[in-house]
Amino acid sequence: MELKLKIWRQKNQKDSGHFESYKVEAEEHMSFLEMLDVLNQQLIEQKKEPVAFDHDCREGICGSCSLVINGRPHGPQAGTTTCQLHMRAYKSGDTITIEPFRASSFPVIKDLVVDRSSFDNIIQSGGYISVNTGQAPDGNAIPIEKDLSSEAFDSATCIGCGACVAACPNGSAMLFTSAKINHLQKMPQGKVEHKNRVKNMIKQMDKEGFGQCSNVGACEVECPKEISTKNIANLNRFYLGTVFGGE
Amino acid sequence: MGWFIDFLTSSIGKKLVMSLTGLFLISFLAIHLLGNIQLLFNDGGESFNVYAHFMTSNPLIKFVSIGLYAGILLHAIQGIFIAIQNKKAKGRKYEVSTLKNGNWASKNMALLGILIFAFLCIHMGDFWWKMKFTDSVEMITYDGYDYAVKDLYSKVYYSFSQMWIVIVYLIGLLALAMHLYHGFQSAFTTLGLVHKKYTPIIKAMGIAYSILIPIGFAIIPLYVVVKNLSNY
Repeated sequence: MELKLKIWRQKNQKDSGHFESYKVEAEEHMSFLEMLDVLNQQLIEQKKEPVAFDHDCREGICGSCSLVINGRPHGPQAGTTTCQLHMRAYKSGDTITIEPFRASSFPVIKDLVVDRSSFDNIIQSGGYISVNTGQAPDGNAIPIEKDLSSEAFDSATCIGCGACVAACPNGSAMLFTSAKINHLQKMPQGKVEHKNRVKNMIKQMDKEGFGQCSNVGACEVECPKEISTKNIANLNRFYLGTVFGGE
Repeated sequence: MGWFIDFLTSSIGKKLVMSLTGLFLISFLAIHLLGNIQLLFNDGGESFNVYAHFMTSNPLIKFVSIGLYAGILLHAIQGIFIAIQNKKAKGRKYEVSTLKNGNWASKNMALLGILIFAFLCIHMGDFWWKMKFTDSVEMITYDGYDYAVKDLYSKVYYSFSQMWIVIVYLIGLLALAMHLYHGFQSAFTTLGLVHKKYTPIIKAMGIAYSILIPIGFAIIPLYVVVKNLSNY
């Protein structure tokens, strides 16, 4: 299949960037990233600069891959990452526009690669448990209701890719932050530091310059792990409880 | 006090201000509509004008109305600030944009809010300002009352006899409908009120409210238009 690609090229953070068009010969069974690999091989053979893009596990669990494909973070399919998108989703002759995630807190480093350190900073401000809670058997020794553990797991599936921020018209990081907080709040090990975690992670999120959530819901639609916006509503309640509740 | 300022300047605190003022304004709409339905009574404006006199002279309602003006301004100013900040946080827009994620109203609350505010300026300039600060609204005394009241009823009928004012009202109400469509349920989400059983009810109520309230308000100018047409 022959595809026309319109890809965002940007030398570095200071460069203003522009779109460039390419043609690539791909196979239906290729993943989207493999199609880009083919393009890059082509560019290298032509002694041109290959397109920089983030990737690591290529099986949808690491949260490295990004890309906004024809206006949608991680492409057109629901509940998948870019690396899980295959070229069979396209027809020969299609034009595909590929852009980096856009948000002021995710500056473009090069081409399609953005700096997502702001997410790391949010995690470092409270997305952890301070004490060693032991190995898996120790975790299994604590009885937790099945519904609760399932709910916690639903939030825990967030891979921190940043598609929520990329999809949000406000560039808000509420879905990511709320998923992390909801996950830990539901577990007895995480409950202990809950209030400080809520306070500190929100503070850090605001400091990183993310926008305010206005309940548009685009994040939920684009999230490759289908994290629910219910996490956001819960976090709103947690935060009010933390600020106005007793010490 | 420091903790409270920290809260009000946090992203969730700012949204809480929008949510609470929004819910306050939502509840005002229902009361405003209930009072205005008296404009449809065929009693020469007696019930509406006496009601309007009560609403502008009762000290308790005067006090609440100051809260209402403050609520409108706070909601508008805070909303503009949030919209500017969010635009900055988003940065560069996408080359290809999808309308699929999120409905149009939810993404254009600031634009709809500005339209509603512009409508409010025209609306209050025409009635509130003229009634309170000018003599353009005539006095009238009804049988059985020992005081004269301003004939706002006739003023309303006069205003709605002008077609451009009716069109401005219909546009303003359409903007209000879309603003409410997102705002009603969003206000509850911001307060953290989500529940498997009750959230669908809140959402359904929000949709019903966003349709019924603007239709209720629209009936008044349309009634005047139809009445004038049938007089010819």
